[in-house]
Amino acid sequence: MLNSYILRRLLLIVPVLFGVTVIVFLVISLVPGDPAKAILGTFATPDAVAQVRHDLGLDESLPVQYGIWLVNLLQGDFGRSYILHKPVIVEIGARLFPTLLLAGVALVLSSVVGILLGIIAAVRQNSWPDKVITVAVLVGISTPSFWLGILLIFWFGVRLAWLPVGGMQEMFGGGGVLDVARHMVLPACALAAVAGAVLVRLTRGAMLEVMRQDYVRTARAKGLPERRVIFVHAFRNALVGIIPVIGLEAGFVLGGAVYIETVFQWPGIGRMLVSAISTRDILLVQGGVLVIAVAYVIINLLADIAQSLLDPRIRAA
Amino acid sequence: MSGRPSAWRLLTQNGVVAFGLALLGVMVLIVLLAPVLPLLDPNVTDVAHRLKPPLYPGHWLGTDQVGRDILSRLIWGTRLSLVVGLTAALVAAAIGSAIGLSSAFYGGLADTLLMRGIDMLMAFPYLLLALAIVAALGPGLFNAMMAIIVVNIPFFARGVRGGTLSVVNADFMAAARLSGLSDWQIIATELFPNVLPGIVIGVSTTVGWMILETAGLSFLGLGAQPPQADLGGMLGEGRNLIQVAPHVATIPGIVILLLAVGINLVGDGLRDVLDPKLKSGGLARTHARTAAASSEARRAGLQPAGDAARQPLAVRGLHTQFTVGRNVYKAVGGVSFTVKPGEAVGLVGESGSGKTVTALSIAGLVATPPGKITRGEILHHGEDLVDVPMQRLQAVRGGTIAYVFQDPLTTLNPLIPVGEQVAETIRRHQNLPRAEAWRKAVALLESVRLPDAANRARSYPHEFSGGQRQRIGIAMALANNPEVIVADEPTTALDVTTQAQVLALLNDLRRERNAALVFISHDVGVIAELCDTVHVMYGGKVVESGPVAAVLQTPAHPYTQRLLACVPVLGNPERKIEPIPGLPPATNALPEGCAFAPRCHLAEARCSAAEIELAPVSADHFARCVRVAA
Ligand code: SF4
Repeated sequence: MLNSYILRRLLLIVPVLFGVTVIVFLVISLVPGDPAKAILGTFATPDAVAQVRHDLGLDESLPVQYGIWLVNLLQGDFGRSYILHKPVIVEIGARLFPTLLLAGVALVLSSVVGILLGIIAAVRQNSWPDKVITVAVLVGISTPSFWLGILLIFWFGVRLAWLPVGGMQEMFGGGGVLDVARHMVLPACALAAVAGAVLVRLTRGAMLEVMRQDYVRTARAKGLPERRVIFVHAFRNALVGIIPVIGLEAGFVLGGAVYIETVFQWPGIGRMLVSAISTRDILLVQGGVLVIAVAYVIINLLADIAQSLLDPRIRAA
Repeated sequence: MSGRPSAWRLLTQNGVVAFGLALLGVMVLIVLLAPVLPLLDPNVTDVAHRLKPPLYPGHWLGTDQVGRDILSRLIWGTRLSLVVGLTAALVAAAIGSAIGLSSAFYGGLADTLLMRGIDMLMAFPYLLLALAIVAALGPGLFNAMMAIIVVNIPFFARGVRGGTLSVVNADFMAAARLSGLSDWQIIATELFPNVLPGIVIGVSTTVGWMILETAGLSFLGLGAQPPQADLGGMLGEGRNLIQVAPHVATIPGIVILLLAVGINLVGDGLRDVLDPKLKSGGLARTHARTAAASSEARRAGLQPAGDAARQPLAVRGLHTQFTVGRNVYKAVGGVSFTVKPGEAVGLVGESGSGKTVTALSIAGLVATPPGKITRGEILHHGEDLVDVPMQRLQAVRGGTIAYVFQDPLTTLNPLIPVGEQVAETIRRHQNLPRAEAWRKAVALLESVRLPDAANRARSYPHEFSGGQRQRIGIAMALANNPEVIVADEPTTALDVTTQAQVLALLNDLRRERNAALVFISHDVGVIAELCDTVHVMYGGKVVESGPVAAVLQTPAHPYTQRLLACVPVLGNPERKIEPIPGLPPATNALPEGCAFAPRCHLAEARCSAAEIELAPVSADHFARCVRVAA
C-alpha cells in the first residue's frame, strides 16, 4: 500500500541523491594540483596523464565534467583504479556486501540492546540498574570504537582464544554461514557499542518523556497490565522519536566500519577506503564514499517510512 | 530564592559534573605544564630498551616499539589531541554559527540555498565525508582537522539557524530594527546573545566527538604523521603489538576514554544548567500506582469505617503529597467523602484546590514519583484500594471504577485507532475474543452517538473533534459497566455548546446503567445540574459539604459564598466570571488554621490560631469555618 506520504518521501530522495553526487564529485576538485597526476602517482608518463585527463574530461568545464561523470555513473562506470588495475565498480562490488552485513548486524544489535536497556533504565528510573546503565552509557559514548576493537581482540581472541580475530577473507567461500558469524561477533560488538550507548540514552529520555503523558495514565486507568502500558502505550510512542535516530546511527555505524574493518581486517569498503587513501587512489575513494552515502540515504528513507507507518499523524501531514 | 545562582555554582554543586571538571582540570593542567615537567624527549629512540612494560625503571609507563618513553609521548600526545579537538570545535562552531545566523537573519533565497547545501552534507555519514576530504587533500594532521571541521559545520549551522529563527520574528527584533541599528549591530547585540547558550552546548557536546574522530583518523594513519603522535597515532602504532606488548595500545586508549568521559560529564552538566528544559526526569510517572505510606501509618487515628465500608466508594482522611526537591506540596490534606450506589457527588474548587489529586488518588493514578499517599484510605466495598495487590487494583481500574479525563486529545493514545482503545479495555476485563470485543466497542461508540461508528472506530484520535474525542473517552469509561465513574473536568477543554451535550450524554448513560459519579469541576453551575451531593474544596481540604441544594442555596462558608457570587445566572451564555481576589494558597506553605484566611473578608485572629474542624450547619450540611463552629 503506497500512501501519498511514502510517494512524496520517495520523490524527495531524488534531489538528495543529486546533492550527494555533486559533493562526491566536487571532492576531486579539492585535490591540489593536477588530479590526473595525483591519480596516477608521481611517476606517471605524460601520455598516461593525458589519457586520464581525457577519460575524466578534465579539459572540459566543471559542469560538463560533472555531466560526463554522472552519465558514466548511471551506466555503472565509476572509473578505473589505476593502482589495482581494475574498474572501481568491480572492486566495490566485491566489498559492498561484507560492509553492509557488518554494519547491518551492528545496527540491529545496537538498536535492540540499546532500546531494551533504555526502557529498563527509564522504567526503573533512579534505581541501581538505572545507575549502572547510566555509567555504562557514559563509558560507551566515550570509548573510541577502534580501541574497543583492539581490546576485544586482545581478550577474546588472544587471551581467551574464544573467537577468531580477523582474517575474514572470502565471505562466500569455505566456512559458510557459521564461520562468517564467528568472525563477525567481535567486530559487530565493537561497532555496536557506541551506537548502542547513544540509543540507550535517547530511549531512556524518550520513555521518561512519554511515561508522563496523559495517555499513559489513561492506559493505567483502564486497568491494563503494566507490561502492556509500557510496551504498547508508552514504548510505541517513544519509538516514533527513536526511529529517525536509528537512521542517523546508521551513519555512525557505516562510518565506524572504517575503523573496525581496519582493526579486524574485514574485507569491506571501509578497509578498502583506508588503503585507497594512502595509495592516493582517488577514484576508488570517490566510488566507495558514494556507494556508502547512497546506502545511508536509503536507510534514512526506510527509517522515515517506518516512522510514518507507526504514526498516523505523519501520514496525514 | 534570591537571584539566580551562578552557572559555576550550579555546575560544581552536582557531584558527577564536579568529578568531570576535576578530571579534565587535572589533565589540562598536566598538558599545560608539559614543557616544564621533567619528561624525557618523546621522540628519542632507544632500541635497546624497547617494549618495556610499565613501572620499568626510568620509564613509568614503559617504552614503545622503538624504546621511546610512553609517559612523555602520552602527555605530548594528549596535548596535541586536545589542541586539535578544541580548535576544530571552535572553528566549526564559529563558521557554522556565522552561516546559521546570517541564513536565518537574511532569509529568502540565500537561506534556502545554504540550507539545501547543509542538507546535502548531512546526507553523508559524517566520518566518510571526512575521509573523502582527507583523500583529496592528502593525509596529515592539519588536513584531518580541516576535514573534521568541515563535517561539523552543518551541525552548528542548522542548530544556530533554528535558534535564531525563534528570535528573529520576536517583537524586540522589530524594535531593534526601528531603533536604526545596523544589521551587524542587531546580530551582535540582539541575536548572538540569544543563541550563545545553544552554541556553548553544541561545542561541549561535539568537542568530545571531535577528539575521538581526529584520534580515529590518526589511528588510521591519515592524521598525525610519525614521529609526531597524538593519542590516536600512538594507539595505531600499538595496535600490531597487542599480543607482545598490550600496554602500548591500552594506555593511550585509557587516556582518550578519560578525556572523553570528562568532556561528556561537563557537557551534560552545562546542558542542564544552560537549557534546563532538556533535563529529563521530574514528573515521569514511572510507577504503576501511587506510592503510599505503610497501612498502619495511613490508618492511624481513623474512625472505624462503619457504614462507609459497604459503599462503592469511601475516601477517608486522605492525604496525598508531592515531594519535589526540598518542597513538600500537600495537595490533599485530609479529605473524606462517601459515594453511595448511583449517587452523583461533585468536588468543586479552583485549580490547585486538590480536587483532581483527590480524584486520581482513588485508583492510585497520582504520578509517582513524586506523589505519595501519606494518610487515609480509599474503601471500595470495604477493600482499601491503596494497598490491595496490584492485580486486584488493575481489575478495579476500568472495571468497577472508571475514569473520564480532562483533555481528550492528550488522554487518548495518538497511535492507536479509537475503536481498539475501547476494545482493549473490554478485552482486559471481560475476557472476550477480539472480534466480539470490537463489536462491543463499536456498539459503545454508537451509544455515545459517534456518527458512522463502525467505520470511524478505525480512525485515530487526531481525526476527531474535541467533542467527539470526549464521547470516545466516555465510551471507554462505560465499557465494563462500572459502578463508579470518576470524571475529572471532562468538558473544560470543550466549547460551551459541546459541553452541555457531552454532559447530558454522560449523565443519561450513567443513569441508565445506574453508575455512581464523582464529578470534578471548577464550575458550580455544572455541579448544580448534575450532582446530588457537593464537596467544596480549598487548599487541599473540604471546606463545605452537603446536599447540592442546601450548599448552593444557603452556603455557610465564606469561600463557597464568594465562589457562588462568581457564577452567572443559569442559561446566560455570557458568563462573567468574577474571580475571588488573591490567589489560592501554595500547598507547600499552607497557613496555620483556615487556608482561606488571607483572602477572607471576615477573617479574624482565631481563624489562623488552630486547625478548624468541619462543623454541622444542619443535619447533613457541614462547613469548616470558625463562624459555623461558634
Ligand atoms: S475560618 Fe475565618 S478566615 Fe476562614 S473562612 Fe471562616 S471566617 Fe473566613
